[in-house]
Amino acid sequence: MRTSECDVVVVGVGGQGVILISEIIGRAALREGLSVRGVETHGMAQRGGSVINHIRVGCRYSAMISPGGADVLLAMEPAEALRYAHYLSPEGVALVNTRPVLPVTVTTGEASYPAVEEILAPLRRVASRVRAIDATALAAEAGSPQATNVVMLGALARHLPMEEATLLEALTETVPAKYIEINRKAFELGKIEVE
Amino acid sequence: MREYLLGNVAIAKGILEAGAGVVSGYPGTPSSEIVDYLAPLAKELGIHVEWSVNEKVAMEVAIGASWTGARSAVTMKHVGLNVAADPFMTLAYLGVGGGFVACVADDPYCHSSQNEQDSRRYAQFARVPCLDPADPQEARDMTLRAFDLSEEFGVPVMLRPTTRVSHARADVEVGPPGERRAELSFDKDPARRVALPAHARPLHVELLDKQPGIEAALAGEAWNRAQMRSEVGVIASGIAGLYAEEAIAGMEADLSLLRIGTYPLPRKVVGDFLEKVDRVLVVEEMDPVVEEFVEMVAKERNPDVQILGKRSGDVPSVGELNPLTIGNAIAGMVGLRRREAPALAPEALSILPPRPPALCPGCGHRAAYHAMIKAFGKDAIFPNDIGCYTMGVGMGTVDTCLCMGASITVGAGIRFGGEERPICAVLGDSTFLHAGLPGLLNAAYNGARMTVAILDNSITAMTGHQPHPGSGATAAGDPSPPLSLEEICRSLGAGFVETADPYDLEATISTFERARDHPGLSVVVARRPCVISAIRAGVRRPRLAVDSEKCGGCQVCVRFGCPAIEFDGKVARINALCTGCGVCAAICPAGAVEVVR
Repeated sequence: MRTSECDVVVVGVGGQGVILISEIIGRAALREGLSVRGVETHGMAQRGGSVINHIRVGCRYSAMISPGGADVLLAMEPAEALRYAHYLSPEGVALVNTRPVLPVTVTTGEASYPAVEEILAPLRRVASRVRAIDATALAAEAGSPQATNVVMLGALARHLPMEEATLLEALTETVPAKYIEINRKAFELGKIEVE
Repeated sequence: MREYLLGNVAIAKGILEAGAGVVSGYPGTPSSEIVDYLAPLAKELGIHVEWSVNEKVAMEVAIGASWTGARSAVTMKHVGLNVAADPFMTLAYLGVGGGFVACVADDPYCHSSQNEQDSRRYAQFARVPCLDPADPQEARDMTLRAFDLSEEFGVPVMLRPTTRVSHARADVEVGPPGERRAELSFDKDPARRVALPAHARPLHVELLDKQPGIEAALAGEAWNRAQMRSEVGVIASGIAGLYAEEAIAGMEADLSLLRIGTYPLPRKVVGDFLEKVDRVLVVEEMDPVVEEFVEMVAKERNPDVQILGKRSGDVPSVGELNPLTIGNAIAGMVGLRRREAPALAPEALSILPPRPPALCPGCGHRAAYHAMIKAFGKDAIFPNDIGCYTMGVGMGTVDTCLCMGASITVGAGIRFGGEERPICAVLGDSTFLHAGLPGLLNAAYNGARMTVAILDNSITAMTGHQPHPGSGATAAGDPSPPLSLEEICRSLGAGFVETADPYDLEATISTFERARDHPGLSVVVARRPCVISAIRAGVRRPRLAVDSEKCGGCQVCVRFGCPAIEFDGKVARINALCTGCGVCAAICPAGAVEVVR
């Protein structure tokens, strides 16, 4: 028996705006009267480290998604997609921003960063579907690379059990007024990209 | 009103709903957002909210406020309660005036901590009630109950969220801020406020006498609820109760479930449950507190019941629980198939570069460490402390990390123990003000020959940039004169105190060299505001770039470890993360790094 309508694991690098995604989805769920749970990475791990957020829409239990339980893996960064791929259920979908953020272990030459295709290949084995998106480029097209997270939210929209209009209302309520247009455009570009 | 709230914000709102007049705390993950949320509202609401200099101080401030009749709360992380344990233990004897809630957040798996200590043990130790929320809604509800309970029995009450409650979000029903009490005053009552032996002895008896009443008052709470469905059961506390409930809901088995949320544990509720089952699994985060109690009660009520849990190896004793772990423990008990946790893709281990948290691009700590190594040499001993700077462990300048303030004291001990090599103890400004002062005083007084480096970024950075007495403002935003770390160090007895700007590498190296050569206790204040605060404040410095013609590929800059410096196999390159600190230009032997004009 399912204990949640939609379980999303959002991963990325500290500073990529992962928490904002949770904020928007949560507010949208609330507007539609759905119960919603989330859990975030704070503290030490945030400093350029790998971060994971869980979001569960239509769920009354804990905020924690078990490995093998996520309907969607939303990755702001390709290496992080693979790092958390085991959270996906066998029917799960991976939405992956293809733009790498190099960790300090790579910039200092201790480790190397694989080609993005090398990351996506094993991901395709665990996910039922993988959508590779150059979200950073689309965000730049919308007006700011900072809106990468919102491009990814646009790509996620069709998987969420809320109306797109509600998500847009929650987006408008959450981001600073002067960036609303950029963010709405970023959302739209992300949405179109996966249509 | 229903809102999508972080667990800590739900607690903060509960504190406001309860009408608290004073809230204090010391930042520590996962507890920090409670005061972070309240501080900017303090003036508008007319309440006192402060970041205190440490947890002991914070607790004592809240105790004083409670003794005027005001409701008060104090927040800290689990290890903070070690610092505040002294007032906490005796407060249980003396009792409270206005309701007093100690919110102590535990961190299973050490997401951002040095240990996995279980604060429920402290509540038992002090014999004070403890409420263990499973989610943000319970956290808010329990906060309100905690204040009432505290006043009903005249005892402090502990609220103990864990990381996955404090940093969870959920739709939470909250109300508006409650009415605060007016005309408060401290009433003189030495028998209840002065912990002399003659007063403490009867107060100890009184505290013990309160226990059955507290237990009875809490036993009927909805947080302790049993669902009887078969002779096989699960007893689960706090967030583990929610995990167990979900696991059972998704399973084809009829299982009884007793969820526990309050301490002292409800003996009758547990006993009644045990009488109706023949096998039971106990699940809880961290220590087997409930499990030990269940074993004890089982002896009286159902000695034949089979008890599974941490002691039988069915539930992990370390790290963090999750719904899958609990689901599998339950499946194992009833003979259902366990669900294998999907393994990490093998490629995730073989091809993925690790991404550990790291000092930020432009962080002054990295430059200070670089200068320190140059001056003291790799062979010197570097006792370290708790803060962002502990992340410099890869640079060879973090040899110990024990607890807040222990860099100086452990360093002195290493010297007195017989170590002859240079010793440079390292701690941050907030940590120095928290617990470093007595250590420095002690080292000076007892003649420890060593250097203390205070890496001063003028903020409590790691936990989210909370201000402290060196920052120039209070939590509520009132200006306060930034105190002089240098003057404090001189007053405490340091014979050598100098200040350096880590961005000026050469000057910092020579300052460390002079400190190293000082025959007694020396202090170097390496001062450079946190780069994140600086960027937020609008500071923009010109970026740097590598002239690839001049770069010889020696990688000296790359090994410096700044995330803004990359190596393409032949030459170094500076990426968009550069904040313009300019330190790489100073360390480049080829003079290939230049400011972009």
